Amino acid sequence: MTEPGTLRVGIDLVQVSRVAESLERFGDRFLRRVFTEREVAYASADPAQTAERLAARFAAKEATLKALDLADRMTWRDVEVRRAPSGACAVELSGGAARAAAQSGAFELALSLSHEGDYAAAVVVARLSPERGS
Amino acid sequence: MTNPNHAGQIGAIRRILAEHGRLSADAAGLAPDADLYRAGMTSHASVNVMLALEGEFDVEFPDHMLTRAVFGSIAAIHSAIAELTGGRN
Repeated sequence: MTEPGTLRVGIDLVQVSRVAESLERFGDRFLRRVFTEREVAYASADPAQTAERLAARFAAKEATLKALDLADRMTWRDVEVRRAPSGACAVELSGGAARAAAQSGAFELALSLSHEGDYAAAVVVARLSPERGS
Repeated sequence: MTNPNHAGQIGAIRRILAEHGRLSADAAGLAPDADLYRAGMTSHASVNVMLALEGEFDVEFPDHMLTRAVFGSIAAIHSAIAELTGGRN
């Protein structure tokens, strides 16, 4: 059971070359079913980094799923990575993910992304409201 | 009596899992209700499985079916395919 005010954390690691394979094999269908238009636009802006950027975003979605226990309550596009002009990234929820997060009392999410070689990783920390997190 | 459509769909699902599921176990020998995530399927692999299933069965999974549970076992996948094809395959 989650204690009020508890921090929740999720982590995920994605192999960039696997994402490149999905892109090559399934093309636009892969993009359309998993990523938002803004995520695709950002990733596609630099073709040399498209797979790496998508891999990091996929990891962020999965890390969010783990942090908030969203397994059957979200679709991939419900979790979007938004990038500020400064380069700082944050998670924005919509649809089923937003509803589930509200129900769990999550009111703040923090995201960190990292890349190294053929891997991209994401960590998401969720803070739950003391009044509603239970 | 075995329904040939049912058997054919299960066979196609096993083939797609073998190709895209990145399972640690042989897809041909998995029980219909075996947990595919416990068998090694990652979330990313489940997306590839979903996209391959769409191509194989000429269907599109609506957003509400793009959840972890729908791709959690061979039986769950088959149930989803049956719902989407309405028995036409």
